[in-house]
Amino acid sequence: MNGDSPISIRNLSVLYGDHLALKDVSLDIPAKRITSIIGPSGCGKTTLLKSLNRLLDTDDGVRVRGQVLLDGEDIYAPRTEVTRIRRKMGLLSQRPQVLPMSIYDNVAYGPRIHGLRSRKELNERVERYLRLAGLWDEVEGRLREPASLLSVGQQQRLCLARGLAVEPEIILGDEPTSALDPQSSQNVERRLLELKRDYTVIVVTHILRQARRIADHIAFLYLGELVEQGPAAEVFAAPKDPRTRAYLTGEIS
Amino acid sequence: MNALAANHLGRRKRTDLVFRVLAAASAVMVLLALLLILGTILWKSVPALSLSMLTRTPKGGFYLGREGGILNAIVGSVYLALGATALALLLSLPVVLYLNVYKGRTSKTAVWTRFFLDVLWGVPSIVIGAFGFVIMLALGLRASLLAGILTVALLEFPIMSRAIDEVMRLVPRELKDASASLGATRFETAVKVLVRQTAPGILTGVLLAMGRGIGDAASVLFTAGFTDRVPGSLADPAATLPLAIFFQLGTPFPEVQERAYASAAILTLIILVISLAARAMNRKVNRHVVK
Repeated sequence: MNGDSPISIRNLSVLYGDHLALKDVSLDIPAKRITSIIGPSGCGKTTLLKSLNRLLDTDDGVRVRGQVLLDGEDIYAPRTEVTRIRRKMGLLSQRPQVLPMSIYDNVAYGPRIHGLRSRKELNERVERYLRLAGLWDEVEGRLREPASLLSVGQQQRLCLARGLAVEPEIILGDEPTSALDPQSSQNVERRLLELKRDYTVIVVTHILRQARRIADHIAFLYLGELVEQGPAAEVFAAPKDPRTRAYLTGEIS
Repeated sequence: MNALAANHLGRRKRTDLVFRVLAAASAVMVLLALLLILGTILWKSVPALSLSMLTRTPKGGFYLGREGGILNAIVGSVYLALGATALALLLSLPVVLYLNVYKGRTSKTAVWTRFFLDVLWGVPSIVIGAFGFVIMLALGLRASLLAGILTVALLEFPIMSRAIDEVMRLVPRELKDASASLGATRFETAVKVLVRQTAPGILTGVLLAMGRGIGDAASVLFTAGFTDRVPGSLADPAATLPLAIFFQLGTPFPEVQERAYASAAILTLIILVISLAARAMNRKVNRHVVK
């Protein structure tokens, strides 16, 4: 296996009933880089992302073929413990989904279920990851307030802190800025750029400009097929496939 | 605006007005019915209402007695409702969580379970009472507080389950996914996220079921028994307010009939207190709910 690639997708196909949502996708995700999955809506971007932490399992009638190797281990192997897989990845969804509890408890939720009990360590962790998500200064004095009182932009950063608090290796973002105002979006993008120093980041986006701003690596999906992938500079400057070129110039969307 | 459009607009406005008047009329009628019921009960119970009704047990038998109070039925009803509601909640929560966390939206098991709960909801309480009676005999119990609690719990269970189920189905899938993606098991998601998110709905379901349980006469007719004494243990028979009303209203003596209305007023008051308590609690359990 490739040492630079914490996630290797091998011949992955996903079926919803009879509908083939992903066709034989193979992709190596580079470590400590931002990989952007781009493509028109309905092309399978979110399906691909959710297949990585096995959130697809919660859908009815989904069949997955092929392999996803996480640090060399097949996450779809029957003996694989799904909660351990998910713990290695933090997820940012399209709309931030805070948990029905206080700001503090949202961040402490993950560490607690994974067995961290010490008050002192929990406090440290909550502060560390709220700082890392760039939210600490705004919430320092109101950690006991319900998380739902935060603005949407703050909620998304809280979700980031919550995901980071389980100390994952990988951050998954499913159009994480699509519900945010421009300023909050910029804030989240900035966090992601900082985080790639220590984490492998995979972001689904339908905003090409965003991919240009943040991505190191691009994977272009079209109708469930991985059409093209490569370093962002190359893909944007000289797309090899005519479909990629058509998408980048706005002919297909 | 030409004449045709003006004419048309006039007709639309008249239709709107007619419906507004009709809607207001039905609202007034419902309110009036409620006030009439409360008014009648209160007015008829005035001669019999006294502090001793609340604080003393009956003298001279519940059927003929004109002295003492109905403490036996008040305490019996409260014990019964609390016990049955607690038991029904213990049954309902696991069922509902199972349907909403472990089973998908299109699962056959879930569809059938909901259907059976709806059927069970529709079973008349006298039938539940008769069934409870058979179970009671099979278990070798006598008519007692325990047998009553078991039967009323069965009556409350489908109401509570379906009421809670309806709010749990509204929990967005993304919220469950958010918990799962942090490495939570389904059980942890159920207990730590779903229950909190739906706490106001759970409270409503519990009180809805409790209101139904405390007011039901037919299910306790054969199972809880009736007695002049306050029940001292689960094995003792227990008087209940609905049956007190039933027996007292069935006597030929106006003085005893007045006592039936007093019992009805007390029962209504208890239900009112439950509703008010629920409202007061709702603000507290609502605090963290994610909208």
